Amino acid sequence: MAQSILHKAETRGHANHGWLNSYHSFSFASYYNPERMHFGALRVLNDDTVDAGKGFGTHPHDNMEIISIPLEGDLEHKDSMNNVAVIKNGDIQVMSAGTGIYHSEYNKDREHRVKFLQIWVFPNKKNVEPRYDQITLNAEDRHNKLQQILSPNAGDEGVWIHQDAWFHLGKFDKGVSKDYQLKLKGNGVYVFVLNGDVKVNDQQLHTRDGYGIWDTDSFSITAETDAEFLLMEVPMEF
Amino acid sequence: MRKLQILTIGRHPEILQTVVRLINNNPDWNCTGVITDEEAISAFIARRFDLVLLGGGIEKPSEEELCNAFKAHHPDIIILQHYGGGSGLLTAEIYEGLRGSKLG
Repeated sequence: MAQSILHKAETRGHANHGWLNSYHSFSFASYYNPERMHFGALRVLNDDTVDAGKGFGTHPHDNMEIISIPLEGDLEHKDSMNNVAVIKNGDIQVMSAGTGIYHSEYNKDREHRVKFLQIWVFPNKKNVEPRYDQITLNAEDRHNKLQQILSPNAGDEGVWIHQDAWFHLGKFDKGVSKDYQLKLKGNGVYVFVLNGDVKVNDQQLHTRDGYGIWDTDSFSITAETDAEFLLMEVPMEF
Repeated sequence: MRKLQILTIGRHPEILQTVVRLINNNPDWNCTGVITDEEAISAFIARRFDLVLLGGGIEKPSEEELCNAFKAHHPDIIILQHYGGGSGLLTAEIYEGLRGSKLG
């Protein structure tokens, strides 16, 4: 029988640093909640807003698959592998931190804020060679469809990571419903509603709610209003 | 009150330095950072540590050898894998390790 956990938007951790306003679905930095450590291999889901002209100075990472999805505005990325890139709404960025990487992320725009999701997934292999990639997604491919944006396979749709994980974005008109078939036995899916109201099986969800579902092969997702959402399928044991 | 003594091992010198600095930001914690297995074992024998963090770049055989050496010397030592190499997960990892040891 399917198991599930509901994380209402207002129960997330919150840190307002002035230039950075961040909501944490799982324990992160100074937010520590033993009941909110991770969902399977999904360890971090931060919903960040960065003020105009501000950003994250150069800082390190290792042994983590880090995915950034801009929701509004542009974010400039620079790293120790000499990558300099701007990620904007409609893009997805991935970094395998592996043996170690330094990077910075800045909102270069002097007038507009940046909103983005920062997602960390435990890797299935430690100490890999650091890697960076970003792609631009076609927004039409998620209109009333589930658009794959991440997988474990380099040749597959979207970006890839060192983990048996699959991410999909959906932008559904009111009333549209789809079934999601899990790709791998033992995986679960964490649903995060970007905006609008959706139903996962019988569970109602609203903007920024999170809902984890596992021990199931499939579930249905229905838009009760026009809605956008992210599905993150990850191993529950890793 | 005695500070929690943490030994952190990591192969990347700059990341190790960052992790040590971040841990030492907590006034109740004291972190010693080392790069090599030899330094780790010497430090562990010379001082009483409460918790060990295994950072990035440590190969599996080294990890096993280190864990065996630490456990032989101090069977109740808390040994944690550190992921992320920065501020995001450190605090929760350490709190969870301490909580786990209390829960037995």
